[in-house]
Amino acid sequence: MAHTAVTVRDVRKRYGDLDALDGATFDIHAGECFALLGPNGAGKTTVTEILEGYRTRDSGEVSVLGQDPAKPSREWRSRLGIVLQADRDLGDLTVAESVEHFAGYFPNPRDPGEVIEAVGLVEKRKIRGEKLSGGQRRRLDVALGIIGRPDVLFLDEPTTGFDPEARREFWTLIEGLKREGTTILLTTHYLEEAEHLADRVAVISRGRVLACDAPESLGGRERRSSRVSWREDGARAEVQTMVPTEIVRELSERFGGEVPGLEIHRETLEDIYLELIEADRGGDHPHPVVEVDIE
Amino acid sequence: MSTTTATTRLPGTLAIGRRRINVELKQFFRDRNSAVFNFAFPMILLVVFGSIFGQQELASGITFAQYFVAGMIASGVLYTSFQNLAIAIPLEREDATLKRLQGLPMPKASYFIGKIGTVFVTYFAQVIILIAVGVAFYGIELPQTANQWFTFVWASVLGLIALTLCGLAFSVVPKTGRGASAVVTPIVLVLQFTSGVFFVFTQLPEWMQVFASFFPLKWLAQAMRSVFLPEEAAAFEVAGSWELGMCALMLLVWCVIGLVLALKFFRWSSRGND
Repeated sequence: MAHTAVTVRDVRKRYGDLDALDGATFDIHAGECFALLGPNGAGKTTVTEILEGYRTRDSGEVSVLGQDPAKPSREWRSRLGIVLQADRDLGDLTVAESVEHFAGYFPNPRDPGEVIEAVGLVEKRKIRGEKLSGGQRRRLDVALGIIGRPDVLFLDEPTTGFDPEARREFWTLIEGLKREGTTILLTTHYLEEAEHLADRVAVISRGRVLACDAPESLGGRERRSSRVSWREDGARAEVQTMVPTEIVRELSERFGGEVPGLEIHRETLEDIYLELIEADRGGDHPHPVVEVDIE
Repeated sequence: MSTTTATTRLPGTLAIGRRRINVELKQFFRDRNSAVFNFAFPMILLVVFGSIFGQQELASGITFAQYFVAGMIASGVLYTSFQNLAIAIPLEREDATLKRLQGLPMPKASYFIGKIGTVFVTYFAQVIILIAVGVAFYGIELPQTANQWFTFVWASVLGLIALTLCGLAFSVVPKTGRGASAVVTPIVLVLQFTSGVFFVFTQLPEWMQVFASFFPLKWLAQAMRSVFLPEEAAAFEVAGSWELGMCALMLLVWCVIGLVLALKFFRWSSRGND
């Protein structure tokens, strides 16, 4: 297998006056889960759909599994799995009918029964698509995304509308696919989802990649200071520090053991994300931030 | 790309096409709109018109029901191909059916095989039920000669091909899936009223006859009358004969027009989505 599954180099795409993609650049390594984060209209779906072969690019280089998605072949397509945003098709077919139907498009599909079980729809297998709840419907989409045993799986906001329990189950499913070596591109609004699933995340805004790194290192997160706070003399005291463990040890000595109301706050992925987006908006970029729905 | 030994062959265009016919048929009959308005409608109209006017004689020995069944079969071609596709495909574009298919390792031909197969199966099922109802309740007489059956087959096939292609092309006209029937149904009704389906063609105003003669339904209905009416009835046609050569020619012309339009205009995605 190639070392790099997906390459995106300086890709540009313009819709009228709007630069949907303005030189986006990143790589996805084979076998990793890569998350694209960004506000609405940042270009996540545009770049994903260029990689899936749905949209054309104005310029730049793109490669998925060694091929240009602008010239899709059937062999190439048979190695991809695509979960689009919020599909409403297949309402008249049962879960089992849909999964079995699309299995027949692939040279080496997974077993439909096993896939239905993996996404937790065994009890709904005889239920028509239109009767499924939002979360169940998304799981059907994921089932259809993985039925062909894809090398690269695209998940565009897969857990929108899931309750916390369904989201946990979904994460377990994705972790299983990762263990099997599937390369995954995930776009999501949920930062804890990216933190949980992704080996690396890229923050994208106004068509450019602002930062790209492992979730725990993004934006120099591991080198940032932490805030240690505790209760003392009826009020909260806090200190910003690069050595939180050291501070806690000192406090522990001072209080003779337990430190009252001790909290250590490291910067979360969300803090870093918001900081990056905020800095980008305040930057010298000439375009106003507009939300566009390029559907 | 390096070829690996694990590479298995992709399923063939026909194999996937067969799968598409299978699910398209399920979807066609499970969708209440298409099951009623594309499939059952000619039967409903036959029962209504047959019960009211059925036994009136248009000429000696020719009942209205006998005339009407020919028009309903011609309409059945229009319903199962043109009306069905021109309404269903905009919905498929809207609910991401077509987008999903585009992202799959499916040859585009398989999709069209699925559509054409569904059109043929639903049409022939419809004709069998229509004729059975007509024979059982309205005294419809079946065609007597092999020639008439032969005309029935070629007129059906040419009509289905022409109107399937027109339906594929027309599917880009409705702006939304929900609004599609409001655009398509009036066209179907106008063609039916002007082509001699509900009324005897020669009793229509002349401008209406001229208008209808540009479109395929008039010729299809005329060919079907030659199948279901006795030979003497040809005298009541505009030309005093069935003009079967002209019927075949006009349907062929519409096959070509439909093909050109479908190739030029058929789209997988909505406008501006590239």
